[in-house]
Amino acid sequence: MINRHNWRGTLEAVCIPIAALLCSLIAFGIFCALAGANPFGVYGSIYKAAFGNWYSFQNTLIRAAPLMLSALCTALPARLGLVIIGNEGALVIGGIGAVAAGLALSSAPATIVQMGMALAGMICGGLWIGAVGALRHYRAVNETISSLLLNYIAIALLNHLVGGPMRDPSSLNKPSSYPIAEVNMLGTIPGTRVHYGLIYGLIACAIAYFLIQRTTFGFAARTAGGNIRAARIAGLPVGKLTMAICFLAGSCAGLAGMVEVAAVHGRANESLNANYGYSGILVAFIARHNPLAATLVAILLGGILASGGILQRAHGLPDATVLVFQGLVFLVVLYSESLYGRLAIFKEGIGKKGQGTGPDSLPPIPNPQAPIPS
Amino acid sequence: MSAEALGWWGVPLAIAAGTLRGSAPFLFVSLGECITEKSGKINLGLEGTLLTGAMTAYAISYLTGSPWLGVLVAGIAGMLLGLIHGWLSQQPRVNDIAVGIAMIIFGSGIAFFFGKPFIQPSAPQLPTIDLGAWSSLPQIQSALKISPLFLIGVIIAPLMHWFFKSTRWGLFIRAVGDSPDAAKAMGISIFKVRMLSIVAGSFLAGIGGAYLSLYYPGSWNERISSGQGLMAVALVIFARWNPIQCLYASLLFGGAQAIGPALQSVGVNSHYYLWNASPYILTLAIMVITCSPKRTLTGAPGALGTNS
Repeated sequence: MINRHNWRGTLEAVCIPIAALLCSLIAFGIFCALAGANPFGVYGSIYKAAFGNWYSFQNTLIRAAPLMLSALCTALPARLGLVIIGNEGALVIGGIGAVAAGLALSSAPATIVQMGMALAGMICGGLWIGAVGALRHYRAVNETISSLLLNYIAIALLNHLVGGPMRDPSSLNKPSSYPIAEVNMLGTIPGTRVHYGLIYGLIACAIAYFLIQRTTFGFAARTAGGNIRAARIAGLPVGKLTMAICFLAGSCAGLAGMVEVAAVHGRANESLNANYGYSGILVAFIARHNPLAATLVAILLGGILASGGILQRAHGLPDATVLVFQGLVFLVVLYSESLYGRLAIFKEGIGKKGQGTGPDSLPPIPNPQAPIPS
Repeated sequence: MSAEALGWWGVPLAIAAGTLRGSAPFLFVSLGECITEKSGKINLGLEGTLLTGAMTAYAISYLTGSPWLGVLVAGIAGMLLGLIHGWLSQQPRVNDIAVGIAMIIFGSGIAFFFGKPFIQPSAPQLPTIDLGAWSSLPQIQSALKISPLFLIGVIIAPLMHWFFKSTRWGLFIRAVGDSPDAAKAMGISIFKVRMLSIVAGSFLAGIGGAYLSLYYPGSWNERISSGQGLMAVALVIFARWNPIQCLYASLLFGGAQAIGPALQSVGVNSHYYLWNASPYILTLAIMVITCSPKRTLTGAPGALGTNS
């Protein structure tokens, strides 16, 4: 689409996020130095643990898979101007649904079981976030807060189910559900240790991109996100759009839960609640809610997450260091949003300002719909 | 007398005791959120502020032996986070809710990072006021142990109400929150007023964190806050942006939080986790009931969430 936009705008859309990442790297380096660790050593370790060799890169890819899927849970509704952060809850609920389906179908052929698990995870997660969209539309309940509260409710539900009704009596220290049969689990991609969840993530991101950028449905959603009043006047079914997008978003996060259950843990327990949801929000924001960019950002962040252990072992830094890093990146990226259209080098002559409208850039995040108390 | 002797009467007593103990963090955070939202911005990051406050208070109390110094430093640490939020959320094209999410991650990261060495040692705790000395029942004695911080919070609520209603600065904050354009016409600096409101609100939230680690539950660990800072946002909506109603709402939430442990104390262990989720379910239910697409909620600052 480069021909339809001026090249300065494209340059801006590429340069600002990269500059933001560099700035947050510098800020985190200063933080590490103040904490008494050698920043270059820290970055060296992160690089080695994340991308240094094929073995560690596979680790990164394993972590990137649920991040891609959970990022879509924030990125898709953002097109409508909704800030949804219920990724963690939808992921957990999707995982519960997938285990339930996996156990119920256990006698069927493996392909059927896997399809059933994926479907159940998507439906459960979809309904979970779909409810957020419905509350938003019918009751004007702020979607950020309701989705966030649902995170806590989902985790309580998980603890309740694996501690009671779904509990496998042989899981003593860590209450868990009954395990899914080995044959029914998602295998690894031949020649690697990376499970098929990565393929799920890549396909979901591609579909989401196509849906948003290339279909009438996506166009309607973007219109409603840009100016809700105009969308209403044009006769777009804003309520249905909201709920459909929220359902799709939730089903992506639910699929992430299914991947975690069916490819990594093999059962539902508190390991599901591993903060992939919250990191997914960060991925969505850094990728500026572009599903294709989200795949790259997810791999980058997956690498950073994979390096948490080595920071502890090699540099004596607490495991929360990765959290500080994520927070810094997030803050700097948010600040960089305010720079679009303000920097002289990206402006093109008089009149037409480079407004940061790169090919896939968003309408500004500020919620065009009603405020919290609409 | 043992706990069994009270039987089922122990449940309401335990809920009442839990309300008196558990509502103070809600109170401080919701008052902080109230002053922030009155100025027209939302601070979702108070969750991170609460955690940072809890960690700082505990660390300072452990290192200096003075819990009250810990409370003060917790407030100051909260203010520092508030400065970041206040500055960043007022940049053009930056959404305050997104900044809030970032501040949750950053604040809890900072708290866990620096708090790691303080998980094991035990710090001096805040003193208590024993209102139950007249009773011979140990349950009642322990139920009526109240932290002076809670009383301070109870006093701040009507003070803040008076501040909004009857002072010049209260008027500034309300004007900026209701109609930034009118405030600008009056010659008020919107940036300054919002910045001060957010910083003051974060100070209160930091103190709420100090209450968590220095009184109840009275230790520092990474699961200490469990979303109380986030519920503050819903709580303020429920309280209609009125500081005095924030007090009642906090008591209600503190009580809801105490149901699970109270039932467990009499041996009801089934559905324990679900009972623990009751504050979240309650918050959601309240929001579903009180919000409506047809009208603006009464008492809501006009510019809240509009990015103006």
